[in-house]
Amino acid sequence: MLTKRIIPCLDVTAGRVVKGVNFVELKDAGDPVEIARRYNDQGADELTFLDITASSDQRDLILNIIEDVSSQVFIPLTVGGGVRTVEDVRRLLNAGADKVSINTSAVTNPQLVADASSRYGSQCIVVAIDAKQVSPGRWEIFTHGGRNATGLEVIEWAKKMAQLGAGEILLTSMDKDGTKSGFDLELTRAVSDAVNIPVIASGGVGNLQHLADGVQEGHADAVLAASIFHYGEYTVQQAKKFMSERNIPVRL
Amino acid sequence: MKKIVVVDYGMGNLRSVAQALRAVAPEAEVLISGEIADLKQAERIVLPGQGAMPDCMKSLEESGLKDALMESARSKPIFGVCVGEQMLFDWSEEGDTKGLGLLPGKVIRFQLDSQRQEDGSRYKVPQMGWNQVRQNQPHPLWNGIADKSFFYFVHSFYAVPEHARHMVGETEYGTPFCSAIACDNIFATQFHPEKSADVGLQLYKNFIHWNP
Repeated sequence: MLTKRIIPCLDVTAGRVVKGVNFVELKDAGDPVEIARRYNDQGADELTFLDITASSDQRDLILNIIEDVSSQVFIPLTVGGGVRTVEDVRRLLNAGADKVSINTSAVTNPQLVADASSRYGSQCIVVAIDAKQVSPGRWEIFTHGGRNATGLEVIEWAKKMAQLGAGEILLTSMDKDGTKSGFDLELTRAVSDAVNIPVIASGGVGNLQHLADGVQEGHADAVLAASIFHYGEYTVQQAKKFMSERNIPVRL
Repeated sequence: MKKIVVVDYGMGNLRSVAQALRAVAPEAEVLISGEIADLKQAERIVLPGQGAMPDCMKSLEESGLKDALMESARSKPIFGVCVGEQMLFDWSEEGDTKGLGLLPGKVIRFQLDSQRQEDGSRYKVPQMGWNQVRQNQPHPLWNGIADKSFFYFVHSFYAVPEHARHMVGETEYGTPFCSAIACDNIFATQFHPEKSADVGLQLYKNFIHWNP
């Protein structure tokens, strides 16, 4: 049976893993290779690296990090942040990424999703969606860390991305991100039920019940979390054991 | 020194395959190459594959690597991964594509639209994630790997071998399907050993030491 995935997310800037609340007050959380190896040993199913570097001179650092991690950690690696061109996708894949996550550029240039997936295959193209609720049962896409409204409705957008060749959706609730109050389950379920490709729930995890809810209530195929793992509140193993006890299939 | 060639025909990311091979065979020379001469000199060959099979086959043919690969397949140990596995068969439903014909059988797409998983959720295609492989036949490449171990899958199509005796691993995703196949000097998997943590590395290690 296919298992539900647990994906620790590492925010990376200037070669280090950091964690902040809503992109402010960044705290150093450690060396990327060390952290990646620790999560691998704990049984993480995949790892996601988000490059939150603002300055382009430091952008190449993420390539070095991915090269280092991929030579030592043999589980799938997804990399996102600032991916604008097919050439960006190529460089990340060549550095050792297995999947590349496209966020803002999918909105400004949907053709990139089509071009990248037809060149490298749907399996390596993840479209990241940052969603905010605008009225009951309606969510819209925001870009630039939640600052810019686009007017695009999330469910239709997710379907369109799947049609263009996205292999997976990384769905973040901007309302929940950083709150530790759990995923936006209604949003997650609405998107997951609407598309035929896997959906990763993201944003808001504060405890292990939230992860289980993401799968059972939100119908997510995978759950992503950052801070609960980085600061040692829980290990990935504990998360898996918790989910397994609630009859969620996981790789133990 | 053993020379292991990861066939580079311009498709997808070969680096992770090479990295995993280097990790389990530090004494070997692991080369990512699209040179016919390298294929000829190789002691063993890994054929990866990503993306669409029509594109992969086209690249293999246009690069002239197809003939070198067919020649190698007569004698050398070969490991096919994902689309690299699918290409070994006669034909694929994906773009109605002719394969290499090294293994009798065909490749078809998951048809799971009308089915629900045990928890009531729909089956997503591609199948993406960790699933169990039942070792339905013994094989030297399974050495040190527990039956029903989890491996990492990403695929929408799967192989249907003509002869059941070639199927050495089976997985369930809405339907049971062949996830590992072996015939003489060929071993191939639908899953990605290079992304399957310790069990995947063990499989590659067994391949390095395999003398069919």
